[in-house]
Amino acid sequence: MSKSIKLRGGLILLVLLVSLASLAPTVIREGLPSWWTESFDPIHLGLDLQGGMHLVLGVEVDKAVESRLDSTIDQTETLLREKDIIFKRVSRRAGDGLAVTVYDQAAGSQVDAIMAESFPNLEALTVTDEGGYIQKNYRLSDREIDEIKDYAVRQALETLRNRVDQFGVSEPTLQRQSGNRILIQLPGVDDPQRAIDLLGKTARLEFKMVAEDVNPQDALQGNLPPGTELLYERRVDKSTGAVSEIPLVVQTKTVLTGDLLSDAQVRIDTRYNDPYVAMDFNAVGAKRFDQITAANVGKRMAIVLDDTVYSAPVIRERISGGSAQVSGSFSEQEATDLAIVLRAGSLPAPVTILEDRTVGPSLGLDSINKGIFSVLIGGALVVLLMLVYYNLSGLVANLALILNLVFIMALLSLFKATLTLPGIAGIVLTVGMAVDANVLIFERIREELRLGKTPRNAVDSGYAKAFVTIIDANVTTLIAALVLFQFGTGAVKGFAVTLSIGILASLFTAIFVTRVLFDFFLERRQVKRLSI
Amino acid sequence: MEFIKPDINLDFIGKRKIALIFSALLILVGLVSLVVKGGPSYGIDFAGGTLVQIKFVEATDPARIKEALAPLTLGGLTVQQFGDEANEFLVRAQETSGAMESLSRNIKTTLETRYGAGQVDVRRTEMVGPQVGKDLRQKGLFAIFYAMIGILVYVTWRFEFRFAVAAIIALLHDVIITLGVFSLFGKEIDLPIIAAFLAIIGYSLNDTIIVCDRIRENMGRHAKDGFAAIVNRSINETLSRTLLTSGTTLIVVLALFVFGGGVIHNFAFALLVGILIGTYSSIYVASALLIFWDDYRARKGALAGAKGGAA
Repeated sequence: MSKSIKLRGGLILLVLLVSLASLAPTVIREGLPSWWTESFDPIHLGLDLQGGMHLVLGVEVDKAVESRLDSTIDQTETLLREKDIIFKRVSRRAGDGLAVTVYDQAAGSQVDAIMAESFPNLEALTVTDEGGYIQKNYRLSDREIDEIKDYAVRQALETLRNRVDQFGVSEPTLQRQSGNRILIQLPGVDDPQRAIDLLGKTARLEFKMVAEDVNPQDALQGNLPPGTELLYERRVDKSTGAVSEIPLVVQTKTVLTGDLLSDAQVRIDTRYNDPYVAMDFNAVGAKRFDQITAANVGKRMAIVLDDTVYSAPVIRERISGGSAQVSGSFSEQEATDLAIVLRAGSLPAPVTILEDRTVGPSLGLDSINKGIFSVLIGGALVVLLMLVYYNLSGLVANLALILNLVFIMALLSLFKATLTLPGIAGIVLTVGMAVDANVLIFERIREELRLGKTPRNAVDSGYAKAFVTIIDANVTTLIAALVLFQFGTGAVKGFAVTLSIGILASLFTAIFVTRVLFDFFLERRQVKRLSI
Repeated sequence: MEFIKPDINLDFIGKRKIALIFSALLILVGLVSLVVKGGPSYGIDFAGGTLVQIKFVEATDPARIKEALAPLTLGGLTVQQFGDEANEFLVRAQETSGAMESLSRNIKTTLETRYGAGQVDVRRTEMVGPQVGKDLRQKGLFAIFYAMIGILVYVTWRFEFRFAVAAIIALLHDVIITLGVFSLFGKEIDLPIIAAFLAIIGYSLNDTIIVCDRIRENMGRHAKDGFAAIVNRSINETLSRTLLTSGTTLIVVLALFVFGGGVIHNFAFALLVGILIGTYSSIYVASALLIFWDDYRARKGALAGAKGGAA
């Protein structure tokens, strides 16, 4: 046996060994030594095969800009009062600006100075004069707006990551995408609705004083005094489960927010066996809470989460410990999730679901079984056809085909690629196309044999002539696959991956491996007549 | 074993006008169907909407499901049986639930009030917002476009520009006909179908290139026979391979179509149609285009020659 055959044969064996080693953790789930399972991961299944949730959330960044403006307005009002500047009002202007209205020029220039000093990010615009008042206009600079938006998405990603971590999903994926989008993949989630509730909640916790002097019934008629707003308290009837909403008028101004929390835990009220959420404030929050409760003993304070009042207890005494609780009518699950979102922090802006693909585990398993079944059936038929058509040479091609399947799976595992249902389809398609290279070679060899060449010469020139054709034909498919990979999302990407890997693996098996087998038989057995 | 005798010499090129009419007819039928139905019908990936796959414990029918869902007043509601048994259905609606209250839960609870708790299992939910749908549609078109450009460049580099043009026209031919067939059968275009189209492009090109390769080889060897004869000879010489490879590929795709399950049914269908058309086009379309091109050039050359002689 010539040295070249030994070398090439050795290479194939080596590749095969590495492949089998990398596939072992996929096939044998348990009982392997730990160094083995650590070096080779089992093949990673896509969400469509193992079940799970694929979410694309859109962060409403415009809301983040608005709330920045609102807080700037609040700060401006405070500043102007501190400096004793008499102003008529500070108001929001459409979109991205604010206006300060004052009574005379002197106040106007003072406002300009203060604004320039305190808010360097605001651009002064033209001054409008309306009926004796002077309205100073300012807007956020474009750069500032971009930064606020960017920060909102980053912050949202961070918060969502915290929530997912506490939700307890193995191997979650969170990714920022273009256009203020966040991609979240949660494999094996068994309660998709709970995941959505948990992720989607803005969780903006606010404490607001109840406007006791306003009758909610008047407010419902549209008579809302300035500086107040109408919210609803959600109550669930324990026995019937019916949800009722009770109107409540509160001061618009938020006295305290959930940003100042340090912890939130679920507790059970021993009297009624009701779950509630106990919150601890950080140092700053505790001090504020102490001041507020001291100043408002006997009044009601509403605990508002995402514009829904959870409870509005009366402040009986000054609370200086820095802890508070949200009770409401929730189930234990709801209380747990509320505690999670309070701990993980609020989203800087609301999110909406742009895309939601959820596959239950039973369907995933179904897909795997059907996919494998069609690979086997298709493969068996192709093997049979090759055997009948090319006899012993067909057997060589079949051997290459089986090796090809092994290599594809091994490469998937080595590249840590994800196998999806379209990915399985890609493998099926590769099985059909992988034999193409062998068909091309064999047809060439037949042609050469018909020209009266010896088996040795026919094999040599058959491979040589078919080689260029095979490369050309496969490169073009590879181009299509690579484009698909670039463009592809989720499941479709899986198709591009297996198709590309399949093409590469098939070039190796169909050209290199079969050639070694042919050379081996031709040399060892001194074959006089090719079975082709 | 041989299906095709080595000395086979079928006159493919002589039938090229018939092939042209046949192709034109296929394209026309597809286009008429597309126009009548107002464009291809997009799946929720591209049109946006909600799709819920529901398995019932007991068999039911689409009409009953629709009736049960009436209280939700969903726009564009369709209910389709999924798979062979009458207990699994696809419910599709145009609505999307951007808010966190999910439509699939509504659908589930509404169905449970009719069918009873525990009778309804939501196996899959897909919700695509209109904006994402639009993005995906655009990306899909770009993907096909870029794939074609890439192939054009590669084939021009490896062969000649006219081969590349012929190959690309053959590809467009395959994709347009497959699109037409989809429209005729009322099947929806979604993301995996774009993947299937790209696979068809790759496959059909594979076939075309192998014929072109042989033409190139034979142009050196049998130059005196004339271009048409060379093309015909090349098709005949590669015929055995073309049919065998198409055969093996069709077998596996058929296996996928029959056994692969409902989720991948349309995908396999697209491949099935595409491979059939792709095989036909690499025999009849790409080569015929090359000859039309050659004829045209010869005539133009003759005309220019005649003019030159007259002057």
